Amino acid sequence: MAIKTQPVTVNLGPQHPSTHGVFRMRVMFDGEEIVDVEPVFGYLHRGSEKLAEERTYTQIVTLTDRMDYVSSMLNNQAYILAVEKLAGIEPSPRGVWLRMIASELQRIASHLVATGFLLQDLGALGTPLIYAMRERENILDLFEMLCGARITNSYLRPGGVFMDAPAEFWPALDRGLDDIVNTIDELETYLSGNEIVFSRTKGTAVLPPELLINASVTGPMLRASGVDWDLRHRAPYDYYDKISFERKLHTASDNYARYWVRVQEARESVKIIRQCIEQIEPGEVRPSFDDVPRLIRPPAGDAYAAIEGSKGELGFYLVSDGGIAPYRMHVRASSLINLTLLRDMLIGGQFGDLFVTFGSVDLNMGEVDR
Amino acid sequence: MNHLFLDNSLWRNIYCVLAGESAECAARDYSSGFLPGGMEWLAFLLAAAAIIGIVINAVLGGVIVLIWGERRLFGRFQSRTGPNRWGPFGTLTSVADAVKTMFKEDLVPAEADRILFNLAPVLIAAPALLVFSVIPFGVGTYVADLNVGVLFIMAVTSLTTLAVLTAAWSSANRIAILSALRSVALLISYEIPMALALVGVIMLAGSMALGDIIAAQGIPFILVQPLGFFVFFIAAMAEMARAPFDLTEAESELAAGYLNDYASMKFGLFFLAEFMAELSTSAIVTTLFLSGWKGFDPIPSHFWFAAKLIAVLFVIIWFRMTLPRLRVDQVLKFAWKGLFELTMINIIVTAVLIAIWPQPTTGQLWIMAAINWPVAIISIWGVSKLLGTPAYENSQPSADAPTYPVASESIPAASVLGADKGGD
Repeated sequence: MAIKTQPVTVNLGPQHPSTHGVFRMRVMFDGEEIVDVEPVFGYLHRGSEKLAEERTYTQIVTLTDRMDYVSSMLNNQAYILAVEKLAGIEPSPRGVWLRMIASELQRIASHLVATGFLLQDLGALGTPLIYAMRERENILDLFEMLCGARITNSYLRPGGVFMDAPAEFWPALDRGLDDIVNTIDELETYLSGNEIVFSRTKGTAVLPPELLINASVTGPMLRASGVDWDLRHRAPYDYYDKISFERKLHTASDNYARYWVRVQEARESVKIIRQCIEQIEPGEVRPSFDDVPRLIRPPAGDAYAAIEGSKGELGFYLVSDGGIAPYRMHVRASSLINLTLLRDMLIGGQFGDLFVTFGSVDLNMGEVDR
Repeated sequence: MNHLFLDNSLWRNIYCVLAGESAECAARDYSSGFLPGGMEWLAFLLAAAAIIGIVINAVLGGVIVLIWGERRLFGRFQSRTGPNRWGPFGTLTSVADAVKTMFKEDLVPAEADRILFNLAPVLIAAPALLVFSVIPFGVGTYVADLNVGVLFIMAVTSLTTLAVLTAAWSSANRIAILSALRSVALLISYEIPMALALVGVIMLAGSMALGDIIAAQGIPFILVQPLGFFVFFIAAMAEMARAPFDLTEAESELAAGYLNDYASMKFGLFFLAEFMAELSTSAIVTTLFLSGWKGFDPIPSHFWFAAKLIAVLFVIIWFRMTLPRLRVDQVLKFAWKGLFELTMINIIVTAVLIAIWPQPTTGQLWIMAAINWPVAIISIWGVSKLLGTPAYENSQPSADAPTYPVASESIPAASVLGADKGGD
């Protein structure tokens, strides 16, 4: 006797513990297998891009903090680069080195959070997450020394940063980098060789590199498929052309490869910061107010600047009509663009892998919905 | 009755305090009881009720302590303090939680089947308690020593799944149904290796009564039956749906699974049953594999039982804190392709050894242990090789891997920052 079966549609989110914020998916299941996924965006939309049209160029820095709230420094950096390009500002060298150090620290913090939450989605009851978060706390302490804030830093200004690092920052940074390396070693000991982690993530949600390129996916997701694409190397901004680092690649393009690339990139970031510390020289951290006034009036025109964010290419497009506020601001949010392949990753997979795959994208709803 | 009288000191003491001039009590220096002569039947009933009351309250008290201990241990594992506000070392946190749970609004979904919805919490709590009726907590301290004790445990622990299915079905929630179906799949798969893992123990003891099994353990059966212990422990973890097998609750997937629509003390009963299952599993492992209440003399048997129980609980909590969850298909594959084979190897090896030494003495048990350990290690290694995930063969890209066009070629140079600096 044939048993009559039919797929079941289940609503997951927006109030679901694993949606990394407020994301909603209508998922159709055939048993444990996913037949169809319909993502529903927009629950965290705050209109950041529209708000920017009402604020001066310096004030917008605070808005960018709140987009991807686990990598505020990187958002700051991308936005500031766009403003500098738009207004033709020549940044101070020390300011550039400082913001490179800050953004690389933020990259490590973001990758640690991504790894911790991936393990949380895998079902480890908080322990790896808290280990990762504990190390992130040390990085946030360093940020507190730099600018007094921990999450929403607003540290960067057009032309550099708003204040120099205090004297006690440098020994603390040195110790912090050693700690980070130790933590990554520890995480890798527990996770990379863990049979459950490996069997759950290997070979799941495989994406071919061609598909990733056509969908303009960037960042660790792309590098996990073997495509050597890192803006720090391909189109160096700030002083990344004075820095040498390895681009870590993996060909499997599955959930494990994405995890692996993030962990290795965090290691590379430590090396980059060490090179920054060697090359940084005393000086002003931003141009004087005669050169770069508080109220910037860029000439009419537009500019797009992109950096290698923690999640991919993070770009800011600014249009100026010559006024004190941008006429239009648009953000190329890497989380949103990386999420466009959600259906390709999930359909045909298992329910148990749904949120793991979702977590391996390393998305941040603050950036997706803005 | 005679059986109860000879062995069950808990029952005997209460009975003799109550009963009048009965022959059995007189022989054991109990001159007279509270009840007049001829009322022994009432003493019998009251004694039984008193024992059940003592055991239920001990278990519930144990659960309160366990919840506190588990949360404290979680804190230690996660490099934080854990509950420490209410009472010394946070010991009263569970009490506060219980009070809070009782005063919550008792919600029933509009589309729920009310009768089944209200029945499910009872269905899950009752079997969790029933298991303790056959566990010997110390010398002569048990409710009943059934001659089919092991079978009784297996039967009663499976009832949990019925309650889970009832809860999920009655709450008319699709996520809950998914969770319940996983629960049934787990039960069907893990009940078999769990039962087969105990066959070795039953063969060694020659009895299914827990009292006889403890008596037969000249050395703890964990030494004689390492494979049986390994399989039973894993299967029991799966049976009570603890991490890494917490597929039914799977917080990161199903939110709370079959518990999604439960609130107030109905949720509290499920919660209680979950921890009672943890306690009962540890008690079963202690009894069957760690020689129960046996120990050396100056320390009373009940303390030995408690100490071994706590050790097993620690390991369960440790696993739960450390390991991520397995996927459903992997869990089922592991049961059928891994654990089932291991139990078969164990049964064959044990059967051969029993054929050589039908009633093993302690010395012969040591010899069996010496044979069983290499068998266990080799077979577990073999299964892990067969079922383990192979590593990547080559994870580094070749030179002709596809890539984005370089910024200066087809993307307008002005749109990419720093394109004039050269890039690649």
